[in-house]
Amino acid sequence: MNHAGFIIATYGITFGVIIGLVAYTIKQGRNLSQTVADKDKPWT
Amino acid sequence: MSMSTNRIARAVAAKDLRIELRSRVVANQVLPFSGLVMVMFAFALDNDDVLQRVAGGLVWLATLFSLFILVQRTFAVETYDGALDSLRVAGVNPQGIFIGKAAALFVQLLVLETMLFIAAVVLYRVNVNGSGLVLLVTCVLCASAGLAFVGTLYGGLTAGARGRETLLPLLLLPVVAPVLICATRATESAFRSGGLTVGEGWPWVAVLAVFAAVFGLGGLLSFSSLIEE
Amino acid sequence: MSTETQTYKGVGTPTTRMYGLMAVVALGWVLLGGLFFTPEDAVQGDAVRIMYVHVPTAWVAYLAFIVTGIASACWLIGKKHSMGFDRVAGASAEVGVLFMAMTLLSGSLWGRITWGTFWVWDPRLTTTAFLFVTYLGYLAVRGLGGTAEQRARRSSVIALLAVLEIPLVHFSVVLWRSLHQRATVLSPDGDIKMDGLMLFTLLFGVFGFTVLFAWLVSHRQRIKAMQDAQQVTALDAAVTERLNEVQA
Repeated sequence: MNHAGFIIATYGITFGVIIGLVAYTIKQGRNLSQTVADKDKPWT
Repeated sequence: MSMSTNRIARAVAAKDLRIELRSRVVANQVLPFSGLVMVMFAFALDNDDVLQRVAGGLVWLATLFSLFILVQRTFAVETYDGALDSLRVAGVNPQGIFIGKAAALFVQLLVLETMLFIAAVVLYRVNVNGSGLVLLVTCVLCASAGLAFVGTLYGGLTAGARGRETLLPLLLLPVVAPVLICATRATESAFRSGGLTVGEGWPWVAVLAVFAAVFGLGGLLSFSSLIEE
Repeated sequence: MSTETQTYKGVGTPTTRMYGLMAVVALGWVLLGGLFFTPEDAVQGDAVRIMYVHVPTAWVAYLAFIVTGIASACWLIGKKHSMGFDRVAGASAEVGVLFMAMTLLSGSLWGRITWGTFWVWDPRLTTTAFLFVTYLGYLAVRGLGGTAEQRARRSSVIALLAVLEIPLVHFSVVLWRSLHQRATVLSPDGDIKMDGLMLFTLLFGVFGFTVLFAWLVSHRQRIKAMQDAQQVTALDAAVTERLNEVQA
Protein backbone atom coordinates (compact mmCIF):
# COMPACT_ATOMS: atom_id res chain seq x y z
CA MET A 1 0.00 0.00 0.00
CA ASN A 2 1.42 3.40 -0.95
CA HIS A 3 1.19 6.23 1.59
CA ALA A 4 0.30 3.60 4.19
CA GLY A 5 1.14 5.98 7.04
CA PHE A 6 -1.38 8.59 5.94
CA ILE A 7 -4.11 6.06 5.21
CA ILE A 8 -3.67 4.16 8.47
CA ALA A 9 -3.56 7.48 10.37
CA THR A 10 -6.91 8.44 8.78
CA TYR A 11 -8.58 5.16 9.70
CA GLY A 12 -6.97 5.14 13.13
CA ILE A 13 -8.16 8.65 13.98
CA THR A 14 -11.65 8.19 12.56
CA PHE A 15 -12.39 4.83 14.16
CA GLY A 16 -10.53 5.74 17.33
CA VAL A 17 -12.60 8.88 17.85
CA ILE A 18 -15.83 7.04 17.07
CA ILE A 19 -15.09 4.18 19.47
CA GLY A 20 -14.05 6.68 22.13
CA LEU A 21 -17.23 8.73 21.72
CA VAL A 22 -19.47 5.64 21.75
CA ALA A 23 -17.76 4.28 24.87
CA TYR A 24 -18.01 7.66 26.61
CA THR A 25 -21.69 7.96 25.68
CA ILE A 26 -22.54 4.49 27.01
CA LYS A 27 -20.64 5.09 30.23
CA GLN A 28 -22.20 8.51 30.77
CA GLY A 29 -25.65 7.06 30.12
CA ARG A 30 -25.12 4.21 32.62
CA ASN A 31 -23.78 6.51 35.33
CA LEU A 32 -26.51 9.11 34.94
CA SER A 33 -29.33 6.58 34.75
CA GLN A 34 -28.41 5.34 38.23
CA THR A 35 -28.85 8.77 39.80
CA VAL A 36 -31.92 9.92 37.86
CA ALA A 37 -35.41 8.64 38.66
CA ASP A 38 -37.22 6.56 36.03
CA LYS A 39 -39.92 9.22 35.65
CA ASP A 40 -37.29 11.53 34.15
CA LYS A 41 -36.47 8.98 31.44
CA PRO A 42 -39.20 9.49 28.85
CA TRP A 43 -37.85 6.78 26.56
CA THR A 44 -38.39 3.94 29.07
CA MET B 1 -48.70 53.97 25.60
CA SER B 2 -45.17 52.80 24.89
CA MET B 3 -42.75 54.93 22.97
CA SER B 4 -42.28 54.20 19.31
CA THR B 5 -39.31 52.07 18.25
CA ASN B 6 -37.88 55.10 16.51
CA ARG B 7 -37.85 57.30 19.57
CA ILE B 8 -36.39 54.57 21.78
CA ALA B 9 -33.66 53.97 19.21
CA ARG B 10 -32.77 57.64 19.12
CA ALA B 11 -32.78 57.91 22.90
CA VAL B 12 -30.55 54.83 23.31
CA ALA B 13 -28.11 55.99 20.62
CA ALA B 14 -27.92 59.50 22.07
CA LYS B 15 -27.34 58.07 25.55
CA ASP B 16 -24.51 55.79 24.35
CA LEU B 17 -22.81 58.58 22.43
CA ARG B 18 -23.19 60.99 25.34
CA ILE B 19 -21.57 58.45 27.69
CA GLU B 20 -18.77 58.09 25.16
CA LEU B 21 -18.26 61.84 24.82
CA ARG B 22 -18.02 62.20 28.59
CA SER B 23 -15.81 59.19 29.33
CA ARG B 24 -13.66 59.46 26.16
CA VAL B 25 -12.73 55.78 26.34
CA VAL B 26 -12.89 55.41 22.56
CA ALA B 27 -10.95 58.60 21.92
CA ASN B 28 -8.29 57.98 24.57
CA GLN B 29 -7.94 54.19 24.35
CA VAL B 30 -9.51 52.51 21.33
CA LEU B 31 -8.25 54.96 18.71
CA PRO B 32 -4.66 54.91 20.03
CA PHE B 33 -4.84 51.11 20.20
CA SER B 34 -5.88 50.75 16.57
CA GLY B 35 -3.26 53.31 15.52
CA LEU B 36 -0.66 51.19 17.30
CA VAL B 37 -1.89 48.09 15.48
CA MET B 38 -1.27 49.90 12.17
CA VAL B 39 2.29 50.71 13.24
CA MET B 40 2.82 47.11 14.39
CA PHE B 41 1.74 45.84 10.96
CA ALA B 42 4.41 48.04 9.43
CA PHE B 43 7.02 46.58 11.80
CA ALA B 44 5.90 43.02 10.98
CA LEU B 45 5.80 43.41 7.20
CA ASP B 46 8.81 45.73 6.92
CA ASN B 47 8.46 46.51 3.22
CA ASP B 48 6.97 49.64 1.63
CA ASP B 49 5.70 47.88 -1.50
CA VAL B 50 4.09 45.07 0.45
CA LEU B 51 2.47 47.55 2.85
CA GLN B 52 1.03 49.56 -0.03
CA ARG B 53 -0.30 46.37 -1.63
CA VAL B 54 -1.99 44.99 1.51
CA ALA B 55 -2.99 48.33 3.11
CA GLY B 56 -6.71 47.66 2.58
CA GLY B 57 -6.59 44.36 4.44
CA LEU B 58 -4.61 45.85 7.30
CA VAL B 59 -7.10 48.68 7.79
CA TRP B 60 -9.97 46.20 8.04
CA LEU B 61 -8.06 43.85 10.32
CA ALA B 62 -7.34 46.77 12.66
CA THR B 63 -11.05 47.64 12.47
CA LEU B 64 -12.08 44.11 13.48
CA PHE B 65 -9.65 44.02 16.41
CA SER B 66 -11.06 47.32 17.64
CA LEU B 67 -14.63 46.15 17.00
CA PHE B 68 -14.37 43.58 19.81
CA ILE B 69 -13.28 46.28 22.23
CA LEU B 70 -16.01 48.66 21.07
CA VAL B 71 -18.73 46.02 21.36
CA GLN B 72 -17.62 44.95 24.82
CA ARG B 73 -17.49 48.58 25.84
CA THR B 74 -20.97 49.37 24.54
CA PHE B 75 -22.49 46.50 26.56
CA ALA B 76 -20.28 46.93 29.62
CA VAL B 77 -22.03 50.28 29.99
CA GLU B 78 -25.36 48.42 30.12
CA THR B 79 -24.49 45.49 32.39
CA TYR B 80 -22.36 47.53 34.80
CA ASP B 81 -25.27 48.74 36.88
CA GLY B 82 -27.93 46.45 35.44
CA ALA B 83 -29.12 49.12 33.01
CA LEU B 84 -30.02 46.53 30.36
CA ASP B 85 -32.08 44.64 32.95
CA SER B 86 -33.98 47.75 33.96
CA LEU B 87 -34.73 48.59 30.33
CA ARG B 88 -35.96 45.04 29.84
CA VAL B 89 -38.05 45.02 32.98
CA ALA B 90 -39.48 48.41 32.07
CA GLY B 91 -40.74 46.76 28.88
CA VAL B 92 -38.77 48.97 26.52
CA ASN B 93 -39.09 47.72 22.96
CA PRO B 94 -36.01 45.49 22.32
CA GLN B 95 -35.99 46.45 18.63
CA GLY B 96 -35.53 50.06 19.66
CA ILE B 97 -32.62 49.09 21.91
CA PHE B 98 -31.09 47.08 19.06
CA ILE B 99 -31.30 49.89 16.53
CA GLY B 100 -30.13 52.48 19.02
CA LYS B 101 -27.09 50.54 20.17
CA ALA B 102 -26.20 49.58 16.59
CA ALA B 103 -26.46 53.25 15.54
CA ALA B 104 -24.11 54.37 18.30
CA LEU B 105 -21.67 51.60 17.39
CA PHE B 106 -21.95 52.60 13.72
CA VAL B 107 -20.96 56.20 14.50
CA GLN B 108 -17.98 55.06 16.58
CA LEU B 109 -16.87 52.71 13.80
CA LEU B 110 -17.04 55.55 11.27
CA VAL B 111 -14.77 57.69 13.44
CA LEU B 112 -12.38 54.78 13.91
CA GLU B 113 -12.22 53.93 10.21
CA THR B 114 -11.70 57.55 9.18
CA MET B 115 -8.67 57.63 11.42
CA LEU B 116 -7.41 54.29 10.13
CA PHE B 117 -7.67 55.38 6.50
CA ILE B 118 -5.78 58.58 7.26
CA ALA B 119 -3.15 56.41 8.96
CA ALA B 120 -3.01 54.20 5.84
CA VAL B 121 -2.43 57.22 3.62
CA VAL B 122 0.29 58.55 5.88
CA LEU B 123 2.01 55.33 6.95
CA TYR B 124 1.43 52.99 4.02
CA ARG B 125 1.59 55.61 1.24
CA VAL B 126 -1.65 54.63 -0.48
CA ASN B 127 -3.44 57.20 -2.63
CA VAL B 128 -7.05 57.55 -3.67
CA ASN B 129 -8.56 59.44 -6.60
CA GLY B 130 -12.04 60.96 -6.81
CA SER B 131 -13.95 57.88 -8.00
CA GLY B 132 -11.92 55.77 -5.60
CA LEU B 133 -13.06 57.97 -2.73
CA VAL B 134 -16.73 57.50 -3.68
CA LEU B 135 -16.21 53.73 -3.65
CA LEU B 136 -14.31 53.92 -0.37
CA VAL B 137 -16.96 55.96 1.42
CA THR B 138 -19.77 53.67 0.23
CA CYS B 139 -17.75 50.63 1.27
CA VAL B 140 -17.07 52.08 4.73
CA LEU B 141 -20.75 52.91 5.23
CA CYS B 142 -21.99 49.45 4.20
CA ALA B 143 -19.27 47.55 6.07
CA SER B 144 -19.74 49.60 9.25
CA ALA B 145 -23.49 49.05 9.17
CA GLY B 146 -22.97 45.29 8.90
CA LEU B 147 -20.36 45.27 11.65
CA ALA B 148 -22.54 47.41 13.91
CA PHE B 149 -25.51 45.03 13.47
CA VAL B 150 -23.61 41.79 14.14
CA GLY B 151 -21.60 43.45 16.89
CA THR B 152 -24.76 44.54 18.71
CA LEU B 153 -26.39 41.16 18.14
CA TYR B 154 -23.57 39.03 19.56
CA GLY B 155 -22.58 41.67 22.11
CA GLY B 156 -26.11 41.55 23.51
CA LEU B 157 -25.92 37.78 23.69
CA THR B 158 -22.63 37.65 25.57
CA ALA B 159 -23.32 40.71 27.78
CA GLY B 160 -23.14 39.63 31.38
CA ALA B 161 -22.08 36.08 30.51
CA ARG B 162 -19.10 34.42 32.12
CA GLY B 163 -15.98 34.53 29.92
CA ARG B 164 -17.49 37.04 27.50
CA GLU B 165 -14.07 38.52 26.68
CA THR B 166 -13.05 35.30 24.96
CA LEU B 167 -16.46 34.15 23.80
CA LEU B 168 -17.23 37.30 21.81
CA PRO B 169 -14.29 37.01 19.37
CA LEU B 170 -14.98 33.28 18.92
CA LEU B 171 -18.58 34.00 17.94
CA LEU B 172 -17.98 37.20 16.03
CA LEU B 173 -14.88 36.44 13.95
CA PRO B 174 -16.42 33.73 11.73
CA VAL B 175 -19.51 35.88 11.18
CA VAL B 176 -17.57 38.97 10.11
CA ALA B 177 -15.25 37.04 7.78
CA PRO B 178 -17.37 38.02 4.74
CA VAL B 179 -17.02 41.68 5.75
CA LEU B 180 -13.24 41.29 5.95
CA ILE B 181 -13.09 39.64 2.52
CA CYS B 182 -15.45 42.03 0.73
CA ALA B 183 -14.40 45.30 2.39
CA THR B 184 -10.73 44.48 1.80
CA ARG B 185 -11.26 43.76 -1.89
CA ALA B 186 -13.34 46.92 -2.34
CA THR B 187 -10.73 49.01 -0.51
CA GLU B 188 -7.92 47.54 -2.61
CA SER B 189 -9.88 48.59 -5.70
CA ALA B 190 -10.31 52.08 -4.30
CA PHE B 191 -6.55 52.23 -3.67
CA ARG B 192 -5.90 50.59 -7.07
CA SER B 193 -3.51 48.18 -5.32
CA GLY B 194 -1.95 45.46 -7.46
CA GLY B 195 -3.31 46.87 -10.74
CA LEU B 196 -6.99 46.72 -9.71
CA THR B 197 -9.40 49.30 -11.13
CA VAL B 198 -11.93 51.25 -9.07
CA GLY B 199 -14.85 49.71 -10.99
CA GLU B 200 -13.89 46.22 -9.82
CA GLY B 201 -14.67 47.22 -6.26
CA TRP B 202 -18.41 47.79 -6.64
CA PRO B 203 -19.61 44.14 -6.67
CA TRP B 204 -17.92 43.69 -3.28
CA VAL B 205 -19.79 46.68 -1.88
CA ALA B 206 -23.01 45.03 -3.04
CA VAL B 207 -22.19 41.95 -0.94
CA LEU B 208 -21.46 44.22 2.02
CA ALA B 209 -24.88 45.84 1.58
CA VAL B 210 -26.54 42.40 1.48
CA PHE B 211 -24.65 41.41 4.63
CA ALA B 212 -25.82 44.54 6.45
CA ALA B 213 -29.41 44.00 5.31
CA VAL B 214 -29.44 40.31 6.33
CA PHE B 215 -28.05 40.89 9.81
CA GLY B 216 -30.02 44.08 10.34
CA LEU B 217 -33.20 42.15 9.69
CA GLY B 218 -31.96 39.10 11.61
CA GLY B 219 -31.11 41.33 14.55
CA LEU B 220 -34.52 43.02 14.59
CA LEU B 221 -36.20 39.62 14.66
CA SER B 222 -33.96 37.92 17.20
CA PHE B 223 -32.58 40.58 19.56
CA SER B 224 -35.48 40.26 21.98
CA SER B 225 -34.87 36.51 22.33
CA LEU B 226 -31.18 37.05 22.95
CA ILE B 227 -31.41 39.55 25.78
CA GLU B 228 -34.52 38.06 27.37
CA GLU B 229 -33.73 36.22 30.57
CA MET C 1 -41.82 0.13 28.51
CA SER C 2 -40.38 -1.49 31.62
CA THR C 3 -42.81 -1.89 34.51
CA GLU C 4 -40.23 -3.16 37.00
CA THR C 5 -39.55 -1.02 40.04
CA GLN C 6 -35.78 -1.20 39.66
CA THR C 7 -33.91 1.65 38.02
CA TYR C 8 -33.74 1.49 34.25
CA LYS C 9 -30.11 0.94 33.29
CA GLY C 10 -28.46 2.93 30.51
CA VAL C 11 -30.13 4.83 27.72
CA GLY C 12 -30.50 2.12 25.08
CA THR C 13 -33.82 1.01 23.60
CA PRO C 14 -34.55 -1.75 21.07
CA THR C 15 -34.50 0.87 18.29
CA THR C 16 -31.10 2.31 19.17
CA ARG C 17 -29.73 -1.23 19.63
CA MET C 18 -30.79 -1.95 16.07
CA TYR C 19 -29.07 1.25 14.88
CA GLY C 20 -25.97 0.22 16.79
CA LEU C 21 -25.92 -3.26 15.28
CA MET C 22 -26.31 -1.91 11.74
CA ALA C 23 -23.57 0.66 12.36
CA VAL C 24 -21.17 -2.00 13.65
CA VAL C 25 -21.74 -4.19 10.59
CA ALA C 26 -21.39 -1.33 8.09
CA LEU C 27 -18.39 0.28 9.78
CA GLY C 28 -16.73 -3.12 10.11
CA TRP C 29 -17.09 -3.54 6.38
CA VAL C 30 -15.70 -0.05 5.72
CA LEU C 31 -12.66 -0.84 7.86
CA LEU C 32 -11.87 -4.16 6.20
CA GLY C 33 -13.20 -3.42 2.73
CA GLY C 34 -11.78 0.07 2.59
CA LEU C 35 -8.33 -0.96 3.75
CA PHE C 36 -7.93 -4.37 2.11
CA PHE C 37 -10.66 -5.75 -0.16
CA THR C 38 -11.19 -2.85 -2.56
CA PRO C 39 -8.74 -2.28 -5.42
CA GLU C 40 -6.67 0.85 -5.71
CA ASP C 41 -7.92 3.63 -7.97
CA ALA C 42 -6.42 4.13 -11.42
CA VAL C 43 -5.77 7.83 -10.81
CA GLN C 44 -5.61 8.26 -7.06
CA GLY C 45 -3.97 4.94 -6.17
CA ASP C 46 -4.32 3.95 -2.53
CA ALA C 47 -5.29 7.49 -1.54
CA VAL C 48 -8.85 6.61 -2.59
CA ARG C 49 -9.07 4.47 0.57
CA ILE C 50 -9.23 7.69 2.61
CA MET C 51 -12.41 8.56 0.71
CA TYR C 52 -14.29 5.63 2.27
CA VAL C 53 -14.13 7.32 5.67
CA HIS C 54 -13.78 10.95 4.55
CA VAL C 55 -16.97 11.14 2.50
CA PRO C 56 -19.26 9.54 5.13
CA THR C 57 -17.84 11.66 7.99
CA ALA C 58 -18.32 14.81 5.90
CA TRP C 59 -21.89 13.73 5.13
CA VAL C 60 -22.64 13.15 8.81
CA ALA C 61 -21.07 16.49 9.75
CA TYR C 62 -23.27 18.41 7.32
CA LEU C 63 -26.32 16.33 8.23
CA ALA C 64 -25.70 17.10 11.90
CA PHE C 65 -25.73 20.84 11.29
CA ILE C 66 -28.89 20.59 9.20
CA VAL C 67 -30.53 18.66 12.05
CA THR C 68 -29.35 21.30 14.55
CA GLY C 69 -30.79 24.08 12.39
CA ILE C 70 -34.14 22.35 11.92
CA ALA C 71 -34.44 21.33 15.59
CA SER C 72 -33.60 24.90 16.67
CA ALA C 73 -36.24 26.32 14.35
CA CYS C 74 -38.77 23.78 15.69
CA TRP C 75 -38.00 24.82 19.27
CA LEU C 76 -38.34 28.50 18.47
CA ILE C 77 -41.48 28.20 16.36
CA GLY C 78 -43.23 25.59 18.47
CA LYS C 79 -45.80 27.01 20.88
CA LYS C 80 -44.84 24.56 23.62
CA HIS C 81 -41.07 25.17 23.29
CA SER C 82 -40.53 21.45 23.77
CA MET C 83 -37.11 20.86 25.34
CA GLY C 84 -36.68 17.70 23.27
CA PHE C 85 -35.94 19.83 20.21
CA ASP C 86 -33.29 21.77 22.10
CA ARG C 87 -31.61 18.59 23.29
CA VAL C 88 -31.59 17.09 19.81
CA ALA C 89 -30.10 20.33 18.46
CA GLY C 90 -27.36 20.26 21.09
CA ALA C 91 -26.59 16.55 20.74
CA SER C 92 -26.48 16.84 16.98
CA ALA C 93 -24.12 19.84 17.09
CA GLU C 94 -21.76 18.00 19.45
CA VAL C 95 -21.56 15.03 17.11
CA GLY C 96 -21.29 17.36 14.11
CA VAL C 97 -18.33 19.29 15.51
CA LEU C 98 -16.43 16.09 16.20
CA PHE C 99 -17.17 14.66 12.75
CA MET C 100 -16.27 17.97 11.12
CA ALA C 101 -12.87 17.86 12.85
CA MET C 102 -12.34 14.32 11.55
CA THR C 103 -13.43 15.39 8.06
CA LEU C 104 -10.97 18.29 7.98
CA LEU C 105 -8.20 16.02 9.25
CA SER C 106 -8.77 13.13 6.84
CA GLY C 107 -9.31 15.62 4.02
CA SER C 108 -6.00 17.34 4.60
CA LEU C 109 -4.18 14.00 4.79
CA TRP C 110 -5.81 13.03 1.49
CA GLY C 111 -4.87 16.42 0.04
CA ARG C 112 -1.26 15.96 1.06
CA ILE C 113 -1.09 12.71 -0.91
CA THR C 114 -3.10 13.82 -3.93
CA TRP C 115 -2.46 17.56 -4.22
CA GLY C 116 0.87 17.66 -2.38
CA THR C 117 -0.51 20.15 0.13
CA PHE C 118 -2.51 19.89 3.35
CA TRP C 119 -4.77 22.79 2.53
CA VAL C 120 -6.04 24.72 -0.50
CA TRP C 121 -8.18 27.86 -0.30
CA ASP C 122 -11.04 26.17 -2.05
CA PRO C 123 -14.50 27.60 -1.19
CA ARG C 124 -15.80 24.24 -0.04
CA LEU C 125 -12.86 23.68 2.30
CA THR C 126 -12.92 27.22 3.63
CA THR C 127 -16.66 27.16 4.28
CA THR C 128 -16.29 23.81 6.03
CA ALA C 129 -13.63 25.25 8.32
CA PHE C 130 -15.92 28.19 9.11
CA LEU C 131 -18.80 25.85 9.79
CA PHE C 132 -16.57 24.05 12.27
CA VAL C 133 -15.58 27.24 14.12
CA THR C 134 -19.15 28.57 14.07
CA TYR C 135 -20.50 25.46 15.76
CA LEU C 136 -17.68 25.53 18.30
CA GLY C 137 -19.10 28.94 19.18
CA TYR C 138 -22.60 27.45 19.27
CA LEU C 139 -21.46 24.83 21.78
CA ALA C 140 -19.74 27.57 23.83
CA VAL C 141 -23.06 29.46 23.95
CA ARG C 142 -24.82 26.29 25.12
CA GLY C 143 -22.30 26.11 27.94
CA LEU C 144 -23.04 29.64 29.19
CA GLY C 145 -25.22 28.35 32.00
CA GLY C 146 -28.59 29.50 33.23
CA THR C 147 -31.84 27.57 33.04
CA ALA C 148 -32.63 25.07 30.29
CA GLU C 149 -35.09 27.57 28.85
CA GLN C 150 -32.46 30.33 28.63
CA ARG C 151 -29.97 27.94 27.06
CA ALA C 152 -32.52 26.78 24.51
CA ARG C 153 -33.53 30.34 23.60
CA ARG C 154 -29.98 31.62 23.17
CA SER C 155 -28.65 28.62 21.32
CA SER C 156 -31.58 28.30 18.93
CA VAL C 157 -31.12 31.92 17.86
CA ILE C 158 -27.38 31.36 17.43
CA ALA C 159 -28.05 28.25 15.33
CA LEU C 160 -30.44 30.16 13.08
CA LEU C 161 -27.98 33.07 12.73
CA ALA C 162 -25.40 30.47 11.67
CA VAL C 163 -27.81 29.39 8.95
CA LEU C 164 -27.72 33.03 7.72
CA GLU C 165 -23.97 33.30 8.10
CA ILE C 166 -22.75 30.18 6.32
CA PRO C 167 -24.17 31.01 2.85
CA LEU C 168 -22.70 34.53 3.12
CA VAL C 169 -19.29 33.11 4.02
CA HIS C 170 -19.49 30.60 1.20
CA PHE C 171 -20.58 33.19 -1.34
CA SER C 172 -17.87 35.67 -0.44
CA VAL C 173 -15.20 32.98 -0.50
CA VAL C 174 -16.41 31.83 -3.94
CA LEU C 175 -16.26 35.41 -5.17
CA TRP C 176 -12.82 35.87 -3.60
CA ARG C 177 -11.34 32.72 -5.13
CA SER C 178 -12.82 33.41 -8.56
CA LEU C 179 -10.49 36.41 -8.83
CA HIS C 180 -7.42 34.25 -8.45
CA GLN C 181 -6.32 31.50 -10.77
CA ARG C 182 -8.03 28.21 -10.19
CA ALA C 183 -6.05 26.01 -7.86
CA THR C 184 -4.22 23.59 -10.11
CA VAL C 185 -5.45 20.47 -8.44
CA LEU C 186 -7.29 17.36 -9.41
CA SER C 187 -10.99 17.77 -9.18
CA PRO C 188 -11.88 15.78 -6.09
CA ASP C 189 -14.81 13.91 -7.56
CA GLY C 190 -14.37 13.85 -11.30
CA ASP C 191 -11.44 11.56 -11.71
CA ILE C 192 -12.41 8.52 -9.75
CA LYS C 193 -13.58 5.59 -11.83
CA MET C 194 -15.42 3.54 -9.26
CA ASP C 195 -15.90 -0.16 -9.77
CA GLY C 196 -18.84 -1.92 -8.12
CA LEU C 197 -17.07 -2.91 -4.91
CA MET C 198 -15.63 0.59 -4.41
CA LEU C 199 -18.99 2.25 -4.91
CA PHE C 200 -20.64 -0.28 -2.59
CA THR C 201 -18.05 0.39 0.12
CA LEU C 202 -18.58 4.14 -0.17
CA LEU C 203 -22.38 3.96 -0.08
CA PHE C 204 -22.46 1.32 2.64
CA GLY C 205 -20.11 3.60 4.60
CA VAL C 206 -22.49 6.53 4.20
CA PHE C 207 -25.34 4.30 5.41
CA GLY C 208 -23.31 3.02 8.37
CA PHE C 209 -22.20 6.47 9.49
CA THR C 210 -25.76 7.75 9.20
CA VAL C 211 -27.14 5.07 11.54
CA LEU C 212 -24.17 5.71 13.82
CA PHE C 213 -25.23 9.38 13.86
CA ALA C 214 -28.80 8.36 14.72
CA TRP C 215 -27.48 6.15 17.54
CA LEU C 216 -25.24 8.89 18.92
CA VAL C 217 -27.88 11.62 18.81
CA SER C 218 -30.55 9.40 20.40
CA HIS C 219 -28.25 8.44 23.23
CA ARG C 220 -26.74 11.85 23.78
CA GLN C 221 -30.06 13.69 23.83
CA ARG C 222 -31.30 11.21 26.47
CA ILE C 223 -28.18 11.94 28.49
CA LYS C 224 -28.97 15.63 28.19
CA ALA C 225 -32.53 15.01 29.38
CA MET C 226 -31.15 13.29 32.48
CA GLN C 227 -28.64 16.08 33.08
CA ASP C 228 -31.43 18.67 32.89
CA ALA C 229 -33.59 16.59 35.24
CA GLN C 230 -30.66 16.28 37.63
CA GLN C 231 -30.18 20.05 37.61
CA VAL C 232 -33.84 20.63 38.41
CA THR C 233 -33.73 18.05 41.23
CA ALA C 234 -30.62 19.68 42.69
CA LEU C 235 -32.26 23.09 42.49
CA ASP C 236 -35.43 21.83 44.19
CA ALA C 237 -33.37 20.23 46.94
CA ALA C 238 -31.46 23.47 47.49
CA VAL C 239 -34.69 25.46 47.68
CA THR C 240 -36.24 23.00 50.14
CA GLU C 241 -33.12 23.09 52.29
CA ARG C 242 -33.13 26.88 52.33
CA LEU C 243 -36.83 26.94 53.24
CA ASN C 244 -36.19 24.55 56.13
CA GLU C 245 -33.35 26.76 57.33
CA VAL C 246 -35.57 29.82 57.25
CA GLN C 247 -38.37 28.03 59.13
CA ALA C 248 -36.02 26.61 61.76
